[in-house]
Amino acid sequence: MSCKVLIYCLFIAVSSDAFGQGQSIKIGELNSYKVFPAFLEPYRKGWQLALEEINRSGGVLGRQVEVVSRDDGGTPGDAVRVAEELISREKADVLMGTFASNVGLAVANLANQRKILFLAAEPLTDKIVWENGNRYTFRLRPSTYMQVAMLVPEAARLNKKRWAIVVPNYEYGQSAAASFRKLLTRAQPGVEFVAEQAPPLGRIDAGAVVQALLEARPEAIFSALFAVDLQKFVREGSTRGLFKSAAVVNLLGGEPEYLDPLKDETPEGWWVTGYPWREINTPEHRKFRDAYQKRWNDYPRLGSVVGYCALYAVANGIRKAGSLEADKLIAALEGLQMETPFGGILWRPLDHQSTMGAYVGQLAKQGGQGVMINWHYADGAKHQPSDQEVRALRKE
Amino acid sequence: MSGSAVLLQFLNGLAGASSLFLVAAGLSLIFGVSRIVNFAHGSLYMLGMYLAVSLSGTLGFWLSVPLAAALVAAAGLVIETTLLRRIYKAPELLQLLATFALVLIIRDAALWAWGPEDRLGPRAPGLAGAVAIAGRQFPQYDLLLICLGPAVFIALYLLLSRTRWGTRVRAASQDREMAAALGVNERRLFTAVFALGALLAGFGGASAIPREPASLQIDLAVMSDAFVVVVVGGLGSIPGAFLAALLIGEVKAFCIGLGYSELTLAIEFIVMAVVLVFRPWGLLGRPLAETRGPGTLQPPLPAPSFLLLGGLAVLLAIVPVFAGPYTIVLLTDILVFALFAASLHLLMGPGGMPSFGHAAYFGLGAYTAGLLLLRAHLPMELSLALAPLAAALGALVFGWFCVQLSGVYLAMLTLAFAQIAWSVAFQWDRLTGGSNGLIGVWPAPWLSSKQAYYYLTLVLCLGAVALLWRLIDSPFGYALRAGRDSPLRAAAIGIDVRAQQWAAFGIAGLFAGVAGALYAFSKGSISPETLSVPRSVDGLVMVLLGGVQTLSGPLWGAALFTWLEDSLSRGVEYWRAAIGAVILVLVIAFPRGIFK
Repeated sequence: MSCKVLIYCLFIAVSSDAFGQGQSIKIGELNSYKVFPAFLEPYRKGWQLALEEINRSGGVLGRQVEVVSRDDGGTPGDAVRVAEELISREKADVLMGTFASNVGLAVANLANQRKILFLAAEPLTDKIVWENGNRYTFRLRPSTYMQVAMLVPEAARLNKKRWAIVVPNYEYGQSAAASFRKLLTRAQPGVEFVAEQAPPLGRIDAGAVVQALLEARPEAIFSALFAVDLQKFVREGSTRGLFKSAAVVNLLGGEPEYLDPLKDETPEGWWVTGYPWREINTPEHRKFRDAYQKRWNDYPRLGSVVGYCALYAVANGIRKAGSLEADKLIAALEGLQMETPFGGILWRPLDHQSTMGAYVGQLAKQGGQGVMINWHYADGAKHQPSDQEVRALRKE
Repeated sequence: MSGSAVLLQFLNGLAGASSLFLVAAGLSLIFGVSRIVNFAHGSLYMLGMYLAVSLSGTLGFWLSVPLAAALVAAAGLVIETTLLRRIYKAPELLQLLATFALVLIIRDAALWAWGPEDRLGPRAPGLAGAVAIAGRQFPQYDLLLICLGPAVFIALYLLLSRTRWGTRVRAASQDREMAAALGVNERRLFTAVFALGALLAGFGGASAIPREPASLQIDLAVMSDAFVVVVVGGLGSIPGAFLAALLIGEVKAFCIGLGYSELTLAIEFIVMAVVLVFRPWGLLGRPLAETRGPGTLQPPLPAPSFLLLGGLAVLLAIVPVFAGPYTIVLLTDILVFALFAASLHLLMGPGGMPSFGHAAYFGLGAYTAGLLLLRAHLPMELSLALAPLAAALGALVFGWFCVQLSGVYLAMLTLAFAQIAWSVAFQWDRLTGGSNGLIGVWPAPWLSSKQAYYYLTLVLCLGAVALLWRLIDSPFGYALRAGRDSPLRAAAIGIDVRAQQWAAFGIAGLFAGVAGALYAFSKGSISPETLSVPRSVDGLVMVLLGGVQTLSGPLWGAALFTWLEDSLSRGVEYWRAAIGAVILVLVIAFPRGIFK
């Protein structure tokens, strides 16, 4: 690595237009394409679109951008090997990608060791920017904590006293539950948590879980279920009348990846975070949506936005740094402001988290399809713990 | 819980039990007759789900279920006649490798045919709503499911006990050579039983779609559930499977009802471990009849060739001189897995004890190394040295229970222990870092370069393999093999067979722990996947690919499998299916492992 840095420094020193004719800029991308295809196929289309746009407009620093994409096998061990391959054989200048939190953390840890910039696109875990955060890792998506914080005002406004919690049993679910308890108790003192269910991810026994929740007679439910678990929970819950007596707040429930399969069974009135791609008509989103639909003949999912923005973030960072040297890239990304389909975002120097937000709204049915209504954009910058708390967690 | 809550959870448990029984019954039948551990059973179930969801769009739900089941039965027929039939005579467990390849192929085929999105099926027309039971709403369709399980059970019972065909099936499951000698057409019987098993799996999947969306992850989940039910019930016993499904369905429902939902992560494996410890052949099973044939004859192993190992060491030592840095990373992985496979081979080959949960010791080694480094702040070298001892200790504890059993029961108990270890690592957030695992497990500075770490791995792995080979060639190894080939005769000449087997567990655990600790430091982080079922399965595949009855086979198997995964996942879109296809070709071409 240091050898490569030296070569780049030489390039810059010798001639400023050495970049002009130089080889393309290589971005090493890795993700669990075969394990989470529902989210990652749209993600791939997103960064491919961004790549074509960037190269059509002349590339970055006068060089074309090349993405070397790999399947990371979905396990931390394999992902680390794939990342090593991208770094040492492909000589990638930057790493980008990953989906599951454990894979994201493992690659972030490797990036720190090998001193290469890593832009974690999807992982939601708070730890990747806080407890296990490091200098070389940046994360795009709003974290579990941020998304919970976006939903808490709506949950408090429901003004319900008895809450039940149902989350998938792994770090994402556990930290969502913990953050929700903490933030709701702060927003609405005196609130009671009457039941908590943590079924295994992807293996919820929905009938029994719904029954157990019913027995606790909650007035409202906080859920962090998604994908198959969410579909089963919705079907059993509506058959057994759970949602007649309890309001629901569901993290991620409005993301097209998880909402669309529900079709005409979409539960109405739930508060969710998500992405109402049809209705966002800001110029920047309309431009993205039109380009995406034209290119792929399909509508964008949240994964598409994430892939698109992740590659742009890398490109913008390199452009601002004027260099591929990791230290300069870090300096450039810290505080970088950029446009995205969701509006302007900032990369926080404090913890390397972007301020990309999410849309908060209610679920409804329209023509046999689930949609989000009454939605607003929750800015990621406004849903953060205090800087002091973050510094204490980061231990840097 | 109030009385009506208990009643409702009981009904939930019954509904769950019914759908468990449908898959498990087919698996049990297939195993009973052909002794095939059908890994692809969950894939057939998944196929049934996808087919039913797509057919119900045009034909409606009620017609789609039998049609999907029939199509899956046809698929089973094709699989049996084109693939499995060729390898019945191969060593036991090789069929397992073939069906594992099918899992990979069927999953990618489903992805290709139906796309990545989960598909929520329709509700059952006419039974879409709920009925009031004890003041609560209970889904009508679940009532139908509750009846479906017993109905299929009775039908199977009548088929097996009252028909001529059923008599043949029972005869073949008791003693298939004798049945063949008496003129039962084995080929046709095997084909029919496999197709019937596939039919049941397809029917189970299709009838589940009102409760469960079709998704690509369902195959392995269902497979492991079905395995547990079959083993708890007793292999080949349909009433046993029924009883076990009831037991597990109810235990799960009440775990959730009583507020211990975290337990459902591993509850079925806990149940299985408890049952097997007290009833070594499951609830209603009987000791398995010995199968005879070339598959069971174990020719004596050749003497270990230390010349080969030495040559290999020299060759590998000079690789870094001309190879790029990534080759070294890949070779480090290959060496680690080669040791992992070699340690598993000690149990499977000379020990005759198939372990489906070998990742437990690999993971124990990895976690202990990480914990000693991060939590106890020991130096890296000391952590690396102590970690294998913890793995050996774990293997001795688990092994003490396992050596009381044999064959598939033993294999399933090792799997149960591995799953329990996995769920502890997964759940114990404060110690193990939960699902995220331990981050920042890097080697000491003098080992931090890729080359230095590679040489460390090379020395430790090949040294360990040499020790293992030496052990296999020692009196201990011969005693172990004697116990495998004829426990009775071995005992008669004074060998304590169980003690030998128990020691083998400890030794295999020790070396798997070395591999695990090396793996941890080469990756910088560890997560529960190091103890998970897929990791154990990878080990099995490596050993079986190379050949159980060879000494160096597992090394080549590990190298081939790791290299295949690495190179195919880079260039091929459907790389899992490609790996599956390669394995199938190898299985058919070299039924005794590539290097035999």
